[in-house]
Amino acid sequence: MRPDLALVAGMVPAGARVLDLGCGDGALLEYLIRADGCDGHGVEISTDGFHACIDRGVPVVQGDIDDGLGDFESGSFDVVVLSQTLQATRRPAFVLQEMMRVAPAGIVSFPNFGHWHIRLGLLVRGRMPSSRLLPFAWHETPNIHMCTIRDFEELIRSEGLRTTARVPLNIAGGRAPARVERRPNLLAAGAVYRLEPGG
Amino acid sequence: MPTAPAAGSVGLAETQRVVLFTQDDPLVLQSGATLGPVEVAYETYGTLNAEASNGVFICHALTGDAHAAGHTGDPSRPGWWDTLIGPGKPVDTDRFFVICANLLGGCQGTTGPSSTDPTTGTPYGLRFPIFTISDLVTVHRALLRHLGVTRLMAAIGGSVGGMQVLQWALDHPEDLHAGMMVCATGRLSAQNIAFSAVAREAILRDPDFNGGDYYDTPKHPDMGLSLARMIAHITYLSEESMRHKFGRRIQDADEPRHNFGVDFQVESYLQYQGESFLKRFDANSYLYLTRVMDYFDPFADPVAAAERLRHVTTRFLVLSFDTDWRFDTAHSREVVRTLQASRVPVTFREIESPWGHDSFLLVVPEYHRTVAAFLGRMEQEAVNGARHARTPGEDVAA
Repeated sequence: MRPDLALVAGMVPAGARVLDLGCGDGALLEYLIRADGCDGHGVEISTDGFHACIDRGVPVVQGDIDDGLGDFESGSFDVVVLSQTLQATRRPAFVLQEMMRVAPAGIVSFPNFGHWHIRLGLLVRGRMPSSRLLPFAWHETPNIHMCTIRDFEELIRSEGLRTTARVPLNIAGGRAPARVERRPNLLAAGAVYRLEPGG
Repeated sequence: MPTAPAAGSVGLAETQRVVLFTQDDPLVLQSGATLGPVEVAYETYGTLNAEASNGVFICHALTGDAHAAGHTGDPSRPGWWDTLIGPGKPVDTDRFFVICANLLGGCQGTTGPSSTDPTTGTPYGLRFPIFTISDLVTVHRALLRHLGVTRLMAAIGGSVGGMQVLQWALDHPEDLHAGMMVCATGRLSAQNIAFSAVAREAILRDPDFNGGDYYDTPKHPDMGLSLARMIAHITYLSEESMRHKFGRRIQDADEPRHNFGVDFQVESYLQYQGESFLKRFDANSYLYLTRVMDYFDPFADPVAAAERLRHVTTRFLVLSFDTDWRFDTAHSREVVRTLQASRVPVTFREIESPWGHDSFLLVVPEYHRTVAAFLGRMEQEAVNGARHARTPGEDVAA
């Protein structure tokens, strides 16, 4: 499993009811279901991802999370995961609201546009960033709402949410070294947040 | 087999009959009424494996029958779901033992209102007892016992077939490893009931209906039954598919005739649908089966429904088509939301297809892809013993 998914999995309590938004091929859910005894459910927009979930035995709904989570009752999950997907949504604030409607806790991971590597690339090369976390050319990227860690934390506050855990990521998607904690907006390539209501 | 099967076809199929309930050992309906004898017409395709774990039950829709796949002598007239069922098809008869039975109350081999009432020696007519979707499931289960199948890999069905699958999972979740509902619903809407009501009125008001006792009279309520079929058929097609099939084209002429006869192609088509329906369907069966659909409402009491769903371990696939307005996607989404809220594993997809409600009978590649993937996975779990997601109420060690 990808290192950032392993970090997300580490934040999900065993046996929890988990909804994974933009679950891709269902790898995280399959792990949570099998290893952690979770009740896992996915939402995936791509047809190939949807079928990959079926092949893994992961229950999945094909849909666009920008349309809301109307297929799910309020409070029907313990935790909702939004892994490397927030930046690809049209309405990030609405998606966060919907997440917190269907569960009392959310886990969000995203690439940090404030990372020094991206800042330097823009400054020196004058080009849009390209990295392992951001592999697409600017004109074909699904990532239409990039943000920095600072931007994200501002959004969280304005949405009335609070952070109960934060893990900065290195460029490979693993846990960044402790010194990054001091200046995450500059030094972390991404981050994983655990969120609850109450600012 | 006397004839070589066409590619992807199960070849020559034979409808079989079995008496599952007798007058002495009758079917006890949900209402408490009893019915016997009950004979069931059914077909099977493929081979039941040694563990009897590869059974797939096909629940047919309102006017379907036991003849789902293959042909009965003329390969150009295949069964009603031959697009989906056959060797190498999504419901792969090389791997699965497939069973399809005519519904209780039907008129194509299974006991229904046109059958003889043993107490009077005449057809039941409207003296046939009112029954429910649960009663349809009870008869399916009796057939499975007869065939030596105790647990199905999957039950699948479109429209009212999907409603049977849902009821089956609620009544006897232990029977079904998986269930697939296509173009189905958890309850009819007022609009759905309205269309059925008009169709029934057409039959009931036919002067030849004679209170349902028309079997021994020279005239049958053909006008009412054909009208009922014409009304229903409109709801099976999308506006787009009607535009595509007929547009405003004139039948057998270049210029409109400007009279009240059949002029537009769509009129001719509907008339043909209505008339050809008379050859294969009984007006009383139409009344009973549409009424069964109207009253179907398994989630009417949310608390009781949640309690029942707690025990459901069946894995669901729910599919809808974007142009189906008979049971549009909102119907499927409501089922998905209800199942999911009770932690029943459910996979859902709305599929693009221009053909409306009828899409479930047609070759829509993305639809077939999803059905094949789901049944492939269910085969791994139920037949090959792959580990699968645990759900509440299920033995962890199993």
